[in-house]
Amino acid sequence: MATVRTQSRPSTSPLYRAFGDRLFAGLVLLLCLLIIGIVLLIGWQLGWNGARAFEVFGIVGFLSSTAWNPVTDVYGAWPFILGTLITSLLALALAFFPALAVAIFATEYAPRWLGNVLSYALELLASLPSVIYGLWGLSVLVPALRGVQQSLFLWASDHAQWLLPVLGNPIGIGLSAAVMVLAVMVIPYTASLAKDSIALVPAVQREAAYGLGATKWEVIRMAVVPYARGGILAGVILGLTRALGETMAVVLVIGNNKNLPFTLFGPATTIPSAIVNEFGEAQGLQLSSLLALGFILFLISGVLNLLAAWIVKRMSVDGRL
Amino acid sequence: MTQISGNLRRRQLWDKVMLGLLVLGSLVVVAPLVLVLSKVFLTGFSALNLAFFTQDFQPVEAGGGGLRHAIVGTILMNLLALLIGGTLGLAGGILLSEYPDHPVNPTLRVISDLLNGLPALLKGLVIYTLVVIPTGSFSGYAGALALGLVMVPIVLRATEGVLKLVPWNVREAGLGLGLPRWRVILSLVLPAASSGVITGLMLGFARAAGEAAPLYFTAGGSQYLNFNLSQQTESLALTIYKYANEPSPLRVEQAWAAALVLTLLVLIASLLARWVARVRP
Amino acid sequence: MEEKQSLISPPVPLAQLGEDQNLKPRMETRGLSVYYGKKMGVGSVTMPIYTNQVTALIGPSGCGKTTFLRALNRMHDLTPIARVEGEAILDGQNIYTPGVDPVEIRRKIGMVFQKPNPFPTLSIYDNVVAGLKLLGVGKKSVLDEAAERSLRQSALWDEVKDRLRAPGMSLSGGQQQRLCIARALAVQPEVLLMDEPTSALDPISTQAIEDLMTTLKKHVTIVIVTHNMQQAARVSDFTGYFLTGELVEFGPTNTLFTAPKDPRTEAYITGRFG
Ligand SMILES: Nc1ncnc2c1ncn2[C@@H]1O[C@H](COP(=O)(O)OP(=O)(O)O)[C@@H](O)[C@H]1O
Ligand SMILES: [Mg+2]
Repeated sequence: MATVRTQSRPSTSPLYRAFGDRLFAGLVLLLCLLIIGIVLLIGWQLGWNGARAFEVFGIVGFLSSTAWNPVTDVYGAWPFILGTLITSLLALALAFFPALAVAIFATEYAPRWLGNVLSYALELLASLPSVIYGLWGLSVLVPALRGVQQSLFLWASDHAQWLLPVLGNPIGIGLSAAVMVLAVMVIPYTASLAKDSIALVPAVQREAAYGLGATKWEVIRMAVVPYARGGILAGVILGLTRALGETMAVVLVIGNNKNLPFTLFGPATTIPSAIVNEFGEAQGLQLSSLLALGFILFLISGVLNLLAAWIVKRMSVDGRL
Repeated sequence: MTQISGNLRRRQLWDKVMLGLLVLGSLVVVAPLVLVLSKVFLTGFSALNLAFFTQDFQPVEAGGGGLRHAIVGTILMNLLALLIGGTLGLAGGILLSEYPDHPVNPTLRVISDLLNGLPALLKGLVIYTLVVIPTGSFSGYAGALALGLVMVPIVLRATEGVLKLVPWNVREAGLGLGLPRWRVILSLVLPAASSGVITGLMLGFARAAGEAAPLYFTAGGSQYLNFNLSQQTESLALTIYKYANEPSPLRVEQAWAAALVLTLLVLIASLLARWVARVRP
Repeated sequence: MEEKQSLISPPVPLAQLGEDQNLKPRMETRGLSVYYGKKMGVGSVTMPIYTNQVTALIGPSGCGKTTFLRALNRMHDLTPIARVEGEAILDGQNIYTPGVDPVEIRRKIGMVFQKPNPFPTLSIYDNVVAGLKLLGVGKKSVLDEAAERSLRQSALWDEVKDRLRAPGMSLSGGQQQRLCIARALAVQPEVLLMDEPTSALDPISTQAIEDLMTTLKKHVTIVIVTHNMQQAARVSDFTGYFLTGELVEFGPTNTLFTAPKDPRTEAYITGRFG
């Protein structure tokens, strides 16, 4: 009888139970350790394989050199680092106010349906593949930009000669095109975090300002935005990490020029676009230098991501920073 | 009293001006989306034809062919990636939600944040050093691995999120019936959250399907239809990248058609995600 | 002062209260009702609010005290489903007349909330002068003077005068609430509305705020919501008793507590329910 019962209801067998639980938990844990291992491996692989570049040129030497010559086998990272920082920061500067504006408008002014529409629009902006932004940038934005740039260039050559070296070649493809595409791609990240944190501002904070006789905008300025500043900052940082690592959209429109100085209109480069462009023929020290560039990107984006995650976590506790 | 509130008119005006600026800023955000989507739909639709789905690569002089090879490659690599990324992401989500006190959790959370923000390009680059260099060739398997890494954090977050929404009494009820914990998780908790988990998988799939950068270093691209992932493999996103720069307008049109297909995939995934979020009580 | 003493003794008909005692109403509501959608929050309240007196609103929870209070400075404008009918008159003008700017009304009628809500990113000083800065006051000497005056009025000056630049959130709960009172006073409101200002505070802080109200009313007319009858008896000159959205009885506090006219008031103050 007893054997029959355990066979028909195996789940009551303590052995089956303990074994099953252990096995399951062990498997889950194993897979999770695998995730952790892979991420550590990514850092290790980039660092280890890039180490030769740091060895040969020195850490400071590699970071600060502007040489990049496969013929003489001399490599330096500075133009790429500079290009990455310039494009990302400019994109962020361009994206910040529209992102904040849409976050505020969607939470404070828009009726519910419009707020939902805007949220969905941000979600879509964030999830469109970056290569599509690149395609659009190349075939729609760049030609349009070229016209604007040329008229600006003509104006400057008549009225402000000194501006010309800053503006650079008005060919459409280049730094400004990359910055604009990046700005579009950064906005949803910055805006949705800002929107979430603005939605968390307690009603009593708004009422405190209203009770003092503040207009709606004054309430936003003195009660809402300051309270939500942690989330807004986290959104900016997250936007920055996206801009820093963005590849295909930038490669297609930036023109890939590693010769300094960069100009506003003219072609430039970034770490990701250098990796994509140089990768084809790269071997030996050149490949190692590219991986070293990847390692730099890994470090920057890792630090910024952790920072943003930390801010978001702090924010969700008490809304303050 | 009147003199200190004398600036009210100016403040009210300023209030209106700021509202105007906020509306303007919102339009600036929405405009690119409208521009990109309308371009994708208009150009993409007129470029879509039967050949797009039924023919493989052909030289432009021979009519340009279609992108069947890229569609097949995208599907195959993404399905394998879904297997890899889905398994890892599900495991991560289960650990975080079902074993909340597990000592690995804080690390896992940090790692998941890191992986989520890590440029996809780097994921491809590392698979290149780990798989492509040792095996000596680009392959669909390498591509699937890189795409799997793209999916992991997305699936993980979605899974953790929906599992946490399942009320604790579901688990208590199961344990109270004498079910072991793993059965409770697999037969009670996961099914209760299945629509959310599936949405997470779909979002991961859609995101990975749009990635070109990691495949550039791993799958390598191809002009031929093949079902064998040990070969170099093409994907739609990769095709867009390559064709965007081609001088032939035909190639650019094909790129737009591919963009339309990927956009539809993203649209469907995100609409489903919204729908599931709404349906959930 | 003498007039006030005498007004406490015999019950006086509501309509004649003010005139008999030479008290002028600073505010007055006439048939004031507030609806949340179809649901009524308070119904048709007619009540005077006398200048430089403390008026307490009491009643069981959910009876509409907060709803009524918020109708006095148009706070309901911020709640989409809320709708106000009837009149609330300030200095002879209905604040709900079309064309009246609620921003201006809220400047004249300040508010203190149940939970202290200083602006977390601002210093003590900046919290106090926040309202003045909105009004365009930029001169440091004026702001300094207003900050000191308001902090003294709210009995906080001595405790914070050496750390005006510290964050407002660094204060204790009771101090934060007095900071909020100072913030409201800085713009020199005519009326100060307080919604259970001590319900989140410890007894000592409660005592401090009750004490400051007696001196404060020389400068400002006070309306205080409280669920605590003893508090109403201690601090107020007039009391209104609300029940299910209706003003059951209004009168001088002593009268209302010693000789209530309505049996429902009597039931409440003798503690038979509520
Ligand atoms: N924002 C609101 N929406 C809907 N009903 C509300 C709202 N605020 C208050 N009420 C209702 O109005 C009635 C009076 O509430 P309230 O004025 O807060 O009472 P009190 O302050 O006396 O406790 C209650 O029945 C309450 O449920
Ligand atoms: Mg209340």
